[in-house]
Amino acid sequence: MLGRTANSIFWMFRYLERAENTARLLEAGFRMALTRGADAANEEWRSLIVTLGEQTAYRQMHSEYSGSQVCNFVLRDKENPQNVLGMIEDARANARSARTSITAEVWEAVNEAWMVLGDLLERPVREASLGTVLATIRREATLVRGATYGSMLRNEIYHFARAGTFLERADNTARILDVKYYLLLPSLAYVGSSLDTGQWDTVLRSLSAERAYRWLNAGRMDPRGIAEFLILDRRFPRSLAFCYDALRGNLKALAELHHNRGECHNLMREADRKLCEATIDSIFDKGLHEFLTAFIGENQAIATAISDDYRFVA
Amino acid sequence: MRQADGSIRPAYRDYVAWLEDQDPALMRRKSREAEQFFRRTGITFNVYGDDDAEERLIPFDMVPRIVTGTEWRRLSRGIEQRVRALNAFMHDLYHRQEILRSGRIPLSLFKDNVAWLPQMVGFTPPGGVYTHIVGIDLVRTGPNEFMVLEDNARTPSGVSYMLENRETMMAMFPELFARIHVQPVSDYPRRLAKSLAACAPDAASDKPVVAVLTPGIYNSAYYEHAFLADQMGAELVEGSDLRVVDGRVHMRTTAGFQPIDVLYRRVDDDFLDPLTFNPQSMLGVPGIMDVYRSGGITIANAPGTGIADDKAIYSFMPEIVEFYTGEKPLLPNVPTWRCAEADSLAYVLDNIADLVVKEVHGSGGYGMLIGPTSSSREIARFKEKLRARPENYIAQPTLALSTVPIFTKAGLAPRHVDLRPFVLVSPNGIDITPGGLTRVALKKGSLVVNSSQGGGTKDSWVLED
Repeated sequence: MLGRTANSIFWMFRYLERAENTARLLEAGFRMALTRGADAANEEWRSLIVTLGEQTAYRQMHSEYSGSQVCNFVLRDKENPQNVLGMIEDARANARSARTSITAEVWEAVNEAWMVLGDLLERPVREASLGTVLATIRREATLVRGATYGSMLRNEIYHFARAGTFLERADNTARILDVKYYLLLPSLAYVGSSLDTGQWDTVLRSLSAERAYRWLNAGRMDPRGIAEFLILDRRFPRSLAFCYDALRGNLKALAELHHNRGECHNLMREADRKLCEATIDSIFDKGLHEFLTAFIGENQAIATAISDDYRFVA
Repeated sequence: MRQADGSIRPAYRDYVAWLEDQDPALMRRKSREAEQFFRRTGITFNVYGDDDAEERLIPFDMVPRIVTGTEWRRLSRGIEQRVRALNAFMHDLYHRQEILRSGRIPLSLFKDNVAWLPQMVGFTPPGGVYTHIVGIDLVRTGPNEFMVLEDNARTPSGVSYMLENRETMMAMFPELFARIHVQPVSDYPRRLAKSLAACAPDAASDKPVVAVLTPGIYNSAYYEHAFLADQMGAELVEGSDLRVVDGRVHMRTTAGFQPIDVLYRRVDDDFLDPLTFNPQSMLGVPGIMDVYRSGGITIANAPGTGIADDKAIYSFMPEIVEFYTGEKPLLPNVPTWRCAEADSLAYVLDNIADLVVKEVHGSGGYGMLIGPTSSSREIARFKEKLRARPENYIAQPTLALSTVPIFTKAGLAPRHVDLRPFVLVSPNGIDITPGGLTRVALKKGSLVVNSSQGGGTKDSWVLED
């Protein structure tokens, strides 16, 4: 396949994953805001903008953090280079450019996502319809993923698609955990208080992990346990370990198809080794923030190496 | 659809019988469904100079345009003769130029014609084929008379609509196709792939690698480029994917550079090679013309075939057909006045209100004047342009074009149509897909069918008989 097409496929799935995870983050923030007083809610919205790394762009537009301002900024504001509608448009433009490499089912799914969300986000989102909008983003992304899983040949195109998905997901999980944890530090003294439990609940909800975590831990909210779950639990599909199990498989398949290993395979092996050897104690000894920052950097290096090894750009 | 006496044409009898049994409300719903289908599958085109609507649908009308098998056989013979003549003409123009020496065509038509490429002189494309894909625009002017309105020998577009319109009709009205036997069009992409592979250069391997070259997703026909590549199982490449390596054109794949044997390009001549043509072009491949001339790649259609799209050349097609085939043309031209000739110009200026005046190098329905529907001010302004550069224009009568009904809110209503059959040329012969693209003017009384001017399309049926 063409290098340019591989690039389009890779980014199509990265953008879809990013849009979906952003919607999830908003959903958790929205829930948090509903269960708190106004001040705590505004603080929650601020932390959400920080998590997304959009505070500079946001401050240029707004002076305070309210739910509807934050949601509209994140979802559809053209002044925000990372707005969700823009991600969907980018995903669809990449799909269009790689139209000959995806099945009609995948194309129609992403085209429909673009049409449906374009309509929903055409005008500012009111609080009453926010739930519908966020659910729709998740559903449309899920439909594309399902069409991909159910209709695509397991050839290199599929492996580039999946590699994009898991690289992006690992990045997003690491970022959410990093920022949320950092923001929660002052409250570590209150471990066990209701505020704290609520905050940790938000972390889990931002990653659709609350049910799985509760089910495994009988409802005990333990910061260390949560970090361990989100980093190291191979069973949870948004954990770093799960993403890297999947990514390892996709890169291995690419090496076999090309009869050749590249720099991305070396970096993958190294990052994988670190993750496998890590325990939650070793991570906390080194510092969670340091661990996650290093992970995000290495994850990015793998993405760049894939792009170089497979000639994504001339 | 109807004959002069008001009775239904034989081709439409079975269809009309079926239609009379249909519930009008149901038909209206189907019409909306069809639009949804086109939107969902992304069958769109882009309109230049229209920022608001980057992607638009070409309106689709559900009433098919039908010709009988007998009519089609007659048309096919005429089309084949014309396409054969076009290729012979092209070869002659770039070699001995006997038609010019014979005086049948004035030299002035070529001297300053930008569509004629000196780089093609003395070179014969692989397999001797110039126009691998041709679209011949036909209009029906009488019960047994079709005329050629235009030859599209450069990069005829619209074939994806021919295919998608049929798919849509079969999805909406399966019972109709069980009842009426229509010749299939669906194997066009396979025939195209085969036809292109048969034109591979000597340098090609046993299984020639075919690629479709597109200007990219912002091109108005991008959907079609992707569609054809997808259906042929060919790579869809852009200029930035291609590079000349060791005398061959290669594409950058995830496993390195791989050679291409046949390039079905949907990029104009001028943008094909910045080293040979427009140096600003980012859409082409630097050096591809050198590879081409040394037999390393087939370019379809060959560079320089645009000369046959020229409307002044068109007016000489009857002479051209006769010169190269030794036969009378089976398909007549629409009568055409060449404004470069003083007598014709005088006639056109006197009768402009009844004529259609077109630019010689124009296409897509841009830059033309339709006398009967223009205001006196528009006509006056156009006359000035005509007097200033008469050689830039031709004129044709507004014909008594046949109509086919379309669905409107008020029921069926007649509209003017044309028909563009698609023709494939290879050393193995000329292959015409039964049917083609029917374009329809959606405005009452309008003669302009171009999609860029708000025209629509219909499914085109050739009946089995």
